[in-house]
Amino acid sequence: MTTETRIPVPQTLPADRPFARGLMPAPMPVRFLDDLGHRVQVFNDDYPEPPAEQLVAAYRAMVIGRRFDVQATALAKQGRLAVYPPSRGQEACQISSMLALAHDDWAFPTYRDSMALVTRGLDPVEVLTSPHGAAHCGYDPRASRTAPQATPLATQLIHAVGFASGEKRKGRQTVAMAFVGDGATSEGDFHEALNFAGVFKAPVVFLVQNNKYAISVPLSKQTAAPSLGYKGIGYGIASEQVDGNDAMALLAVLNKAVAHARSGQGPVLVEAHTYRLDAHTNADDATRYRDPAEVEGWLQRDPIARLEGWLRHEGLIDDAFVATVAEQAEAFAADLRTRMSVDLAVDPTSLFDNVFATPTPQLLEQRAMVQAELEAEEASR
Amino acid sequence: MTLTTAAQTAAPAAAAATQVTMSGAINRALRDAMTENADVVVFGEDVGTLGGVFRVTDGIARDFGEDRCFDTPLAESGIVGYAVGMAMAGFRPVIEMQFDAFAYPAFEQIASHVAKMRNRTRGKVNLPIVIRIPYAGGIGGVEHHCDSSEAYYAHTPGLKVVTPATVEDAYTLLREAINDPDPVIFMEPKRLYWSRGSIELATAATTFDSFGHAAVRREGTDVTLVAYGPSVDVALEAASAAADSGWSVEVVDLRTIVPFDDETVVASVRKTGRCVVIHEAQGFAGVGAEIAARVQERAFHSLHAPVLRVAGLDIPYPPPKLEHLHVPGVERVLDTIARLQWDDEADTRFLGSDEAIVGGGAQ
Repeated sequence: MTTETRIPVPQTLPADRPFARGLMPAPMPVRFLDDLGHRVQVFNDDYPEPPAEQLVAAYRAMVIGRRFDVQATALAKQGRLAVYPPSRGQEACQISSMLALAHDDWAFPTYRDSMALVTRGLDPVEVLTSPHGAAHCGYDPRASRTAPQATPLATQLIHAVGFASGEKRKGRQTVAMAFVGDGATSEGDFHEALNFAGVFKAPVVFLVQNNKYAISVPLSKQTAAPSLGYKGIGYGIASEQVDGNDAMALLAVLNKAVAHARSGQGPVLVEAHTYRLDAHTNADDATRYRDPAEVEGWLQRDPIARLEGWLRHEGLIDDAFVATVAEQAEAFAADLRTRMSVDLAVDPTSLFDNVFATPTPQLLEQRAMVQAELEAEEASR
Repeated sequence: MTLTTAAQTAAPAAAAATQVTMSGAINRALRDAMTENADVVVFGEDVGTLGGVFRVTDGIARDFGEDRCFDTPLAESGIVGYAVGMAMAGFRPVIEMQFDAFAYPAFEQIASHVAKMRNRTRGKVNLPIVIRIPYAGGIGGVEHHCDSSEAYYAHTPGLKVVTPATVEDAYTLLREAINDPDPVIFMEPKRLYWSRGSIELATAATTFDSFGHAAVRREGTDVTLVAYGPSVDVALEAASAAADSGWSVEVVDLRTIVPFDDETVVASVRKTGRCVVIHEAQGFAGVGAEIAARVQERAFHSLHAPVLRVAGLDIPYPPPKLEHLHVPGVERVLDTIARLQWDDEADTRFLGSDEAIVGGGAQ
């Protein structure tokens, strides 16, 4: 490791100072660590290095997050989950987005951001409750400051904008972290969200996880833009692109973006260049649209190995710590397996409870009908 | 606070009956709700400085300030999605879609999020949003400005669908919509914006209880006309004309399509034995089809004739000079009443010419 190559970053500058390049993202993704965990200095002049304890927390969160993700994929293959959209390979994005937030900030995730929710501290069983068979998102959005995972694409981004605006109008300092993938940047709501955020100076950080595929469609068929990070400029939004497998760079950029938003300077768009190692979901076959050699190449750019290399080099973690975290991750997965091994109890008549605050007479009739059918079925057993 | 001052200036005689137009009644309901609850905010396209293309929000931005009533970028999906977020932050947004057909870009937000958030979160996140939509025709509007889009919303579980037919209801139903804990699609019949009537202004003690309660606008004994929004006046006019032919016609104004008041509608039809549903929207798979089905399910043995519909034609809304052919008029309603088997003879118009088919098959 070559600490000599480090260019000192002025740590005394306030975190919420304007972006050095204005609205423009760096011409190349911001990077702090190379694939082997060596400290590099490419277009990261504007970002203070994240504090050591945050980097150690990031390592631990990525190890546990990956174990969670692998376990959830296994549960889907066993039929315990109706479906699971994995995020293996995107660990740095998943965990940095949450570690950059303060307790009272809100997240507006997509279906692929389960690992981020676990990092946020949500109960993994609750996170998986919807694919486990519930008619709801599984967790309390207010208690967890996390909106329901959105399946329609880009639609929840504009919720994040309205929410963050509303918080600002109420005099609160809340920041919203809004998640979106590369494919969903083609959706109209992505653009409407950016435009509204710009106009109302909403304290939102848009994190575009560019994992290169929208199910099967590659980025080249999705956009002619040289970088998705450029999409903020037209909306007057400070924009950046970052190596999405470099947790250190992501934390540096997202820490800054969150501070920028919180200070009232408006939204920030961050494109993270990463890669979806697994198929779209357990129901997808990625070999139909991409070369396994491509996946192999990305396996060499493992975000966990990269940060581990750096932390070991800096003496921030050691073998004992790595072993402890690995044990914690296994225990986490074992607990999840145990708790997910029972079928979810679902009361069919509860389906009518939350359509409205007070069920309409028609819903009450239908509930009574279902209730009677269930009772008849029970009686005939 | 400025808003108190504004409200006081705007409310010279609280609790008094006031003569207004329907757009004035809606304006007044917005003002009164905003005065009563600081979380009520109004936004949309042109609703701020201009006061809306129909002037429904006239003066509200001026009197309540830009924080409470503001213009947004021109993007309906964005407006609705922004309202979802604002509601999550504790506001009660009342938003305007400028015209019926211009609400379509927002349909995904409405159907997938506004309607479902309570259910998706087991009631932890409710969305007290009112989406105001000027709708229907009769004003000589050009294409995309005259759609009757209520069925799209009524078909979506989780949405209340409300449409006033009178000036008084425009005020009270909107007040009730803003107080409602759930999202309400508030459909304003454009051609009634300039109709006049008197409203009883609410006080802090007023409770609103019109949702799910249809109003019998005219009592009668021979036939029930079920209508809502812009068609109620047509029904009332037809009822008057029908009286000349000796038919005693009852007119039921639904007021809220969702929640639907089966009780009032069915009670009326049990009494009269005949029912015609009137609406301006195209008839196929429309709200009238639902009402006809419900009435036949619940009042079959009281019916002397099939439930008939007078609806818009199954065509894109026609140009101004032809809209009278599309929008149900008094004559078409009277013709339809005449078909209600008064002489107990079968209606043969649908039998066609093939007697074998009429006879029940080839046997």
